Amino acid sequence: MFDYNFHWRPVIKSLPELLEAGLVTLQVAALSMVIGIVIGLGLALARLHLRGPLRWLATAWVEIARNTPALFQLFFFGFGMGAWGIHLSPFLIVLAGLSFNNAGYLAENFRGGFQAVPETQLRAARSLGMTVWQAYTRIVIPQVFRIVYYPLTNQMVWAVLMSSLGMLVGFRELSGETQFFASRTYRIFEYFAVTAIIYYVIVKIILGASRLAAWRLFRY
Amino acid sequence: MIEIRGLHKYFGELHVLKGIDLDVHNGEVLSVIGASGSGKSTLLYCINGLEPIQQGRIEVDGTDVHARGTDLNALRQKLGMVFQQWNSFPHLTALENVALAPRIVRGLPRAEAREVAERQLRHVGLGDKLDVYPKALSGGQQQRLAIARALAMEPRYMLFDEATSALDPELVGEVLDTMRLLAEEGMTMICVTHEMGFARDVSDRVAFFHQGVIEEIGPPAEIFGAPASEHLRKFLAKIR
Ligand SMILES: Nc1ncnc2c1ncn2[C@@H]1O[C@H](COP(=O)(O)OP(=O)(O)OP(=O)(O)O)[C@@H](O)[C@H]1O
Ligand SMILES: [Mg+2]
Repeated sequence: MFDYNFHWRPVIKSLPELLEAGLVTLQVAALSMVIGIVIGLGLALARLHLRGPLRWLATAWVEIARNTPALFQLFFFGFGMGAWGIHLSPFLIVLAGLSFNNAGYLAENFRGGFQAVPETQLRAARSLGMTVWQAYTRIVIPQVFRIVYYPLTNQMVWAVLMSSLGMLVGFRELSGETQFFASRTYRIFEYFAVTAIIYYVIVKIILGASRLAAWRLFRY
Repeated sequence: MIEIRGLHKYFGELHVLKGIDLDVHNGEVLSVIGASGSGKSTLLYCINGLEPIQQGRIEVDGTDVHARGTDLNALRQKLGMVFQQWNSFPHLTALENVALAPRIVRGLPRAEAREVAERQLRHVGLGDKLDVYPKALSGGQQQRLAIARALAMEPRYMLFDEATSALDPELVGEVLDTMRLLAEEGMTMICVTHEMGFARDVSDRVAFFHQGVIEEIGPPAEIFGAPASEHLRKFLAKIR
């Protein structure tokens, strides 16, 4: 009734490569978070404090990032830009796609965070002679980060899982690498089962690290 | 010295300050009293450039606050400000609250900023709370923290905007005592206040604000003992 024979040996043998690809996944996700945070802060501030084209641009970014499939966003940086003669490497396609998506989601979180920090905090900082930059980086943004800390962690997890779309644009992150081995050995189920476990472990590590960092950072 | 001449301030259509002339001399303590909405807070914000003005001029030690080239961040170091809402920075300890601006605005080395902060925290009676976060401080303690934070910039002037009116009654005394201490040390102060006892005992002069003008100004004995303006008499009768 069920004559599929499991063969785990090939998977075990390529485990080092898979783990290395797991690191690539973690790296691209982390990098896309850093870029997403910087741009997301900018988008949030643009939507809160600017008028005119820059504000519209920020709104459009957020709307597209949040309301279209992440896969399409990735394809835009791959095939879409390819059609205009701009060819990015698979790594850059994934990095750009994830960063675009992260920035859009995070912008909305940041916007709520900025609104939750009382305006008197900014006034107090400015009255001490801090520049706008100092007041934001030292006083306002640290408080915003605490408010959005859990959404931020979720987005990081989401970025790791989303990066698996990379295999569709030929990027050898964890899923891409798995696909490569699976199609060479026809041990498709075995490979993807093991990879699923690796994803699971990566996500658990992120959640644990996040909890530990929160405990260290937010004594107040 | 702070010199204010012909100051007008609008919020859109709303004409809030309608021609203020005022000199505050070094070493002087000026209390500002008046009904809610008469423009007292707005005056303080105009003095340290947190609010723009539409007409007139404000000079602090000869520097025109609202002139184009004025370095407001440098000027604000001279003008310590304490707000009605205690706004300690919640993510920083008491010590960090006070040491931050000396370090990043005045450019003091870390150790020296820490020394200044410790000294000022002891000054306001918080010497045993250095490593405590604001959430563990009472309202009165947070307000004293705000005073220490302003003092750590070694300002020439202190502006107090109803520093005690958000506090529970039993906490008002400790903040007023701190303000009194500063006055005795010779700090130049403008205190917007509803505490008539403080205005009478501590200030050299009292200014009564009414609908955007200084309707009466003089030594406390005159303002409280022999008020000339009808509005002032009514105001005093109401708060007694
Ligand atoms: N940012 C602002 N935008 C618009 N109107 C403002 C603003 N700040 C103050 N006002 C208005 O200006 C007027 C004077 O306000 P201000 O806060 O200076 O009064 P105040 O004398 O300090 O009153 P209170 O005793 O209630 O603190 C009020 O009518 C107030 O509504
Ligand atoms: Mg006020």
